Amino acid sequence: MLTIDEVSVAYDGVPAVVDASLALEYGQVLAVLGPSGSGKSTLLRAIAGLEPVTSGRIGWDGDDLAGVPTHKRGFALMFQDGQLFGHLTVARNVGYALRLRRTPNAAARVRELLALVGLEGYGDRLPATLSGGERQRVALARSLAVQPRLLLLDEPLSALDAGLRERLAHDLRDILREAGTTALMVTHDQEEAFTVADRIAVMRAGRVVQQGDIAAVWRAPADPETALFLGYARVLEGEPAGVLLRAAGLPEVGAAVAVRRSALVVSDAGDLSGTVVSARVTPEQIRVVVDVDGVGELDAVARLDTHPAAGDRVSMVVDASRLAVTPNRA
Amino acid sequence: MKSIRAYASLLVLALATAGCSTVGNSSADDEPAAKRVVLVTHESFVLPKPLQKKFEQETGYQLVVRASGDAGALTNKLVLTKDDPLGDVSFGVDNTFASRALDEGVFAPYDATLPEGADQFVLDGDDDHRLTPIDNASVCVNVDDTWFAQHHLAAPKTLDDLTDPAYRGLFVAPGATTSSPGMAFLLATIAAYGDDWPAYWTKLMANGAELVAGWSDAYEVDFTQGGGKGDRPIVLSYDSSPAFTIADDGTSTTSALLDTCFRQVEYAGVLDGAENPDGAEALVDFLLTPEVQAALPESMYVFPVDSSVQLPADWATFAKQPSDPWQVDPADIAAHRDDWLREWSDITSR
Amino acid sequence: MRRSATLVGLAAMPLAVLGVFFVLPVSGMLAEGFWVDGHFDPVAVVEVLTRPRTVRVVWFTVWSALAGTTVAVLLGVPAAHLLHRRRFRGRASLRALLLVPFVLPTVVVGVAFRELIGEAGPLGFLGFDGSAGAIIAGLAFFNVAVVIRAVGAAWESLDPRPAEAAAALGAGPAYVFRTVTLPALRPAIVSAASVVFLFCATAFGVVLTLGGLRYSSVETEIYLLTTNLLDLQAAAALSIVQLLAITALLFVTSRLRAVADPSLARTTARPPRVSRGDWPGVVATLLVLLLVGLPIAALVVGSLQVGDGWGLGNYRALTTVGSRDALLVPVTDALVTSLRTAVDATWMSLSMGVLVAVVVTRRSHTRGERRVRGLLDGLFMLPLGVSAVTLGFGFLITLDQPPLDFRDSLLLVPIAQALVALPLVVRTLAPALGGIDDRQRQAAASLGAGPLRTFVTVDLPVLWKPLLAAAGFAFAVSLGEFGATSFLARDETPTMPIVIFHLIGHPGAMNYGMALAASVVLAATTAVVMLAVERLRVPSLGAL
Repeated sequence: MLTIDEVSVAYDGVPAVVDASLALEYGQVLAVLGPSGSGKSTLLRAIAGLEPVTSGRIGWDGDDLAGVPTHKRGFALMFQDGQLFGHLTVARNVGYALRLRRTPNAAARVRELLALVGLEGYGDRLPATLSGGERQRVALARSLAVQPRLLLLDEPLSALDAGLRERLAHDLRDILREAGTTALMVTHDQEEAFTVADRIAVMRAGRVVQQGDIAAVWRAPADPETALFLGYARVLEGEPAGVLLRAAGLPEVGAAVAVRRSALVVSDAGDLSGTVVSARVTPEQIRVVVDVDGVGELDAVARLDTHPAAGDRVSMVVDASRLAVTPNRA
Repeated sequence: MKSIRAYASLLVLALATAGCSTVGNSSADDEPAAKRVVLVTHESFVLPKPLQKKFEQETGYQLVVRASGDAGALTNKLVLTKDDPLGDVSFGVDNTFASRALDEGVFAPYDATLPEGADQFVLDGDDDHRLTPIDNASVCVNVDDTWFAQHHLAAPKTLDDLTDPAYRGLFVAPGATTSSPGMAFLLATIAAYGDDWPAYWTKLMANGAELVAGWSDAYEVDFTQGGGKGDRPIVLSYDSSPAFTIADDGTSTTSALLDTCFRQVEYAGVLDGAENPDGAEALVDFLLTPEVQAALPESMYVFPVDSSVQLPADWATFAKQPSDPWQVDPADIAAHRDDWLREWSDITSR
Repeated sequence: MRRSATLVGLAAMPLAVLGVFFVLPVSGMLAEGFWVDGHFDPVAVVEVLTRPRTVRVVWFTVWSALAGTTVAVLLGVPAAHLLHRRRFRGRASLRALLLVPFVLPTVVVGVAFRELIGEAGPLGFLGFDGSAGAIIAGLAFFNVAVVIRAVGAAWESLDPRPAEAAAALGAGPAYVFRTVTLPALRPAIVSAASVVFLFCATAFGVVLTLGGLRYSSVETEIYLLTTNLLDLQAAAALSIVQLLAITALLFVTSRLRAVADPSLARTTARPPRVSRGDWPGVVATLLVLLLVGLPIAALVVGSLQVGDGWGLGNYRALTTVGSRDALLVPVTDALVTSLRTAVDATWMSLSMGVLVAVVVTRRSHTRGERRVRGLLDGLFMLPLGVSAVTLGFGFLITLDQPPLDFRDSLLLVPIAQALVALPLVVRTLAPALGGIDDRQRQAAASLGAGPLRTFVTVDLPVLWKPLLAAAGFAFAVSLGEFGATSFLARDETPTMPIVIFHLIGHPGAMNYGMALAASVVLAATTAVVMLAVERLRVPSLGAL
């Protein structure tokens, strides 16, 4: 297993990663989630052996990896834009590491891998003739070829357009499961992280602020900023937080409350009331912004057969599963 | 595919390298020092192959020639490396540079037996016999006789004539700062006019004289009888030059003005600190033998110091030597070279 | 730590060579100037710098080199567009032909130029002979090829879409060039201009032959001071001026050359045919052709003149030693020596050049590391800017004691030539290596490839064409090198330029004709080598 102990990385004395600690078990997929500039890619590169560590320890099965060069770590790295070798065919790209190790029956293994990523028959093509999604699949197959003990994925889907990204995220999850790969993926997209990973670690300003099972992290963000980053629409504190908790039937703990966009549902039976500020129809539901009495402006949803309009008074129920209690801001 | 081609070209390159390289070729340096004589000389030095063989057979030494640069570069090289000389013996220091070499203690004494007539070329002031004269050649103004005949003009005769408006724009010479004959010509004017030489040069330049970098620029490009068929019929060259402009009728189309000459004498000497002084002395003696002396005109375009050797036919007929060339004391040259050249540059670059 | 060790390890071999064969000899000569009779005496050196003559010489060197560089760039950039961005018959041959001057010995070119512009020549009416204009034309003649090649290679692989986008926004061709194309080409132009400036500022033969002695540059002055006057203080002073000026130049150009994004989009689209809008390129190319072609034509015509008629006699004579044994070896032997020496110089400069290029283009982790790389980059450019005389004399006085007893070594000539060619090699390889996305190498490493294997997989496929181009450059530089070679070559094994110098320096119509014929042979050999390189480097990334 991969253990990262209080690792720091600095560029020219400017810290990029500060005292990061992480653990990753065999067969698990960990997503490191963070906004750009949070140090997540640097951490990944440090694990790959591409950046020198200023302090701390990166270990595999208890062995310290300091001093082990990238090509001897047995970690495969897949980049955002694939970084295929442009002068080699798809098959030769995928078989690159196999040839390095003089693996027998490499051709069959390459076919297998191409089938795994859904690119049968693409072996003789050159990377330049592939679409972005196909290139990423080839890059994935190439990384998986020698069954790396750890697969490092650096924003593997972010160069693709939205629809393709969603589809490929599911494929990626299935492929990793099927191959039983231990993987660490860096991304800024929480949807992607939730789709692909078992566990997530959230990084901000070079520090790991929270890590754990997806559900646990989701339910209890470590702080308001993390909550916002995980897709919660607003964070309430003080009295407004109390109002919301009471309405949800939860104990009042004097902490902040992170609220998802769909936590308030317009309903005649609601305990909360307020004035509609604006309303917008979407295919699934109506999204409204309501000035909730005693709380302030909040997002809410309404069923398509209701017709809330700006200025209307409405009442709302709170869906407690769409709230998260987080510690107050420091 | 592409990578295969890359490997293939690298392979070809490697093979070509291995096949053509000079690395690993045996060189004469492997000989023990006592067995070889290293001659340090200038780039104009040429000793025909048969003569080189003859020396090696007669003495048992192997002759290694290190030739580069002109006489000035050679002298200064010898001065700079006097503590660890480049070889055993040197040929090519001339009377315009000899004093510097002697003052710096470059040469060891060696009193060679001089052939007939060579005494007159011994360097003034070389009382310990450190330098042995080997050849001489005079730098003289040359004229294109056919041109002057065609233009019904009498050719000039003296240095003064060159400032005569009748010869305006007809003279070309290599510069004193950049060429050894150019320096010799400056010395000729200094010998002729004493302290008034700057005035002479001012007049010369005012009369349309052209100065170029080297002898080849002057003779081959600008001179009417040179390879490039230039348009100036008066050129600074050597007393031997007329022997090289022989027309179909067997006469020379040019002649040297023997009143304008400065004589350059080239010396050989044993280098102080030589590894093989015996071999060095043997080579100095060899350069004085009649065979080498007789070969000098053909191989290096200079006159032998041995007056008894037979000159080639063309030389005997057309290459007249000045009987009384201009002279400047070598010690004076050493003392004033810098000042003279600086002043000359100022006059000629306007 | 390990990274610095690798850096030092890779740079060790080239650094050692540079140290022994450049830094040591040059500092030896400088020391001769500073230590007079065993006493440290910098006053004399400083005094030289304040002489009016020194000031005049430095000033002339700077402005003539600037003018020569400007002409070369003004002609070279439009010509590069035509020759690298447009398609027409004979393009490859033309490109090869234009490189020929680069290797011709200045002695011969001087003669060829003066036959044209001299008082009796066909262009004599211009009154160009012996003027500063002639020097500048000569400098441009030798260097315009460098600009064409470097800028052309960059232009060839420039993505045309930004220019098309600008045109679609309503920008005219001139405006597009000024606002889109020129900024993208700037690194290549600056790079080429800086190399050309160095070549111009250290030109020797051109200034002497074409300037008619009226002009002195720092280089000719150092020659005069060292070989004629043995005024080593003054020579040292001027050498220091040279070194300082070059350091300043390198500093400025490294700033101007820097690009934000080295991994520019590269294309290898098929170039269009020549159209009416290409007139600036056509005009510039024709001017360059005149500038380069006329002196070469004069050479060829001269070489075919035998007596008063025409014939190949001069060429037949190349297998002999000249009239009255002007030479020790036939010219054909010298050609073989030249080729063999060039092969040695080529592999030496390539192996050093690849190492240096790798070292200076690898991504730096710290500012300190980046500075070290920048310093190394500049250090290997220095040999371009130091007088061959200084280096030649320096060899003699410093490389005379074991273990550095090299002054009699046969390898001295190719090593000296390799050092002269090294900056060109590095400047050809570095942009190609710098253009490789570092993550390609990281991808290979993460798949288990060691450093060597990574180099073969990622770098070599991109590098091999620039490598061949660099080999062509190094070969050509070696074939034409005269300054250092004339100091070091042995009598028994002269190279072509030395033999040509010998022939032209001896009287006799036969020798003159042979010198011209030998020059034509040297030029033709160069053209063939360049043409071969041209064929191999189809979409080269190589740029200076």
